[in-house]
Amino acid sequence: MSAISRDDVAHLASLARIELTEQELNDYAGQLDVILTAVASISEVAADDIPPTTHAVPVVNVFRDDVVTPSLDRDSVLDHAPAAEDGRFRVPRILDEE
Amino acid sequence: MSAPLIDFDEVIANFDPVLGLEVHVELGTASKMFCGCATEFGADPNTQVCPTCLGLPGSLPVVNGTAVESAIRIGLALNCSIASWCRFARKNYFYPDMPKNFQTSQYDEPICYEGYLDVDVETDEGTRTFRVEIERAHMEEDTGKSLHVGGSTGRIHGADFSLVDYNRAGIPLIEIVTKPVEGAGKYAPEVAKAYVGALRELLRGLGVSDVKMEQGSLRCDVNLSLRASADAPLGTRTETKNVNSLRSVERAIRYEMQRQAALLTDGTAIIQETRHWHEDTGVTTSGRVKSDAEDYRYFPEPDLVPVAPSAEWIEQLRAQLPEPPAERSKRLREEWGISEKEMQSVINAGALDLVLATIAEGADPAASRKWWLGELARRANDEGVELESLAITAKQVADLEGLVQSGRLNDKLARQVIDGVLAGEGEPAAVADSRGLQIVSDDSALLEAIKAAIEADPDAAQKIRDGKVAAAGALVGSVMKATKGQADAARVRELVLQELGQ
Repeated sequence: MSAISRDDVAHLASLARIELTEQELNDYAGQLDVILTAVASISEVAADDIPPTTHAVPVVNVFRDDVVTPSLDRDSVLDHAPAAEDGRFRVPRILDEE
Repeated sequence: MSAPLIDFDEVIANFDPVLGLEVHVELGTASKMFCGCATEFGADPNTQVCPTCLGLPGSLPVVNGTAVESAIRIGLALNCSIASWCRFARKNYFYPDMPKNFQTSQYDEPICYEGYLDVDVETDEGTRTFRVEIERAHMEEDTGKSLHVGGSTGRIHGADFSLVDYNRAGIPLIEIVTKPVEGAGKYAPEVAKAYVGALRELLRGLGVSDVKMEQGSLRCDVNLSLRASADAPLGTRTETKNVNSLRSVERAIRYEMQRQAALLTDGTAIIQETRHWHEDTGVTTSGRVKSDAEDYRYFPEPDLVPVAPSAEWIEQLRAQLPEPPAERSKRLREEWGISEKEMQSVINAGALDLVLATIAEGADPAASRKWWLGELARRANDEGVELESLAITAKQVADLEGLVQSGRLNDKLARQVIDGVLAGEGEPAAVADSRGLQIVSDDSALLEAIKAAIEADPDAAQKIRDGKVAAAGALVGSVMKATKGQADAARVRELVLQELGQ
């Protein structure tokens, strides 16, 4: 049985807002299956006493002090937005009328 | 549009409610969770943003150590276990309130888990303690604020476009989730309110948040389901958002119980959905239906390293916790000589700190409670705000009580002074001066009014002369009326009796 179905890929594509053609769905399902199966072989050799690797560098508790640092200038921030109004980012309609 | 409801008593006769509460607390840190931007409430839009909280390419988060400390302190105060090792996770979704397209949160490794908070609720059989079990408390970041423009309702549905302010995006948030609360029965609304109230006191006592519900630094989502009986399987739940006051917590649950019961009685299934509470109309309306669009594809945040608080650190924080609210309330109850029920009403009104502050400013405990729970609670209720948001300070209330104690004002005049203070006319003494409020203490002025009252009601006067001093009430009343309440009623009574030879 494959690790990922064509329907799974279609579902993920829709969650990720990526438009895929029928051909792409088939191609990616096959390719992703190869990758997932390869990755799954790691868990076959990893015994229960080996904790999952979380980070390339084995450190914990990297914290900064609760100190305010300067923020960006608003105009220069909004200059990069596709649209802005009243000091805010202007975004298209989020939900349609029900 | 309001849904059909059935009578609350009928709901209780036929159904068993199960509650779940999710409370989001904005921490009062100076800077955000993962960057150094300020967290000031009410700043100009998008003036507290940087590459990290805007999700710009190449930016990297670094955890605010104080926020982690606050999270642990909250967990300890809620009797939780603290994870010795946990990670952040990405919660992926597309929505403009999060410019990164994910929220950094925690998933299956919350920093705090399995605790409880005991809350007291008044029942027909006296005060009963309910234990609300805490499933988890985890760290995450707040989202931006959207302003929906155009459309018919000003709400998100059908708006023409939205304007987003990311000042709030990235402010540290602790989400506290209860286990299903069962067995509350008809007290479910009160238990929920008492829990949020007790949690607010606890957080305030820890000093980790300003816990202002109307400013959104404490927010509550209410999950509710009904089942036929306590041993039946759990029913389908709804999640009601936008419940932004203690009073709303109670009302929203009561409403959902009545609405769901009406549907179930009618044979209609409950839809699992997010609902929106409307404070003004007291109803909930349907938001979005939970669907697979809420498949968040959590995965461990690769840009952050794990949080692994040492046992020493945890014990050090535990040792520094303030007096737990339950113990503090017991101690104050004994100091003030009041009942558990009276204390509960102080806490539920969110008045404990205000009362304490008023006492610290010199008023006595009984008077402090009287003002905050009586006249001021009424004003807050009328204005639909929390007590602490009223435009009057503890010092002003103490000063007002001082004016009453010194005999300058009676309670009626004091209420007029409150009008003035709330209207921004200045300090209590200045308001009393400018409004000319002062008990008439000049006996000759009072005697004149008393003589007039006696003349107007000779029957009452005769009764008093015959020894029926209880009849004095009528004459005192008319003198108070004649002096527009500006007389000291006790003094008037003395003078009336004296005048009539008693």
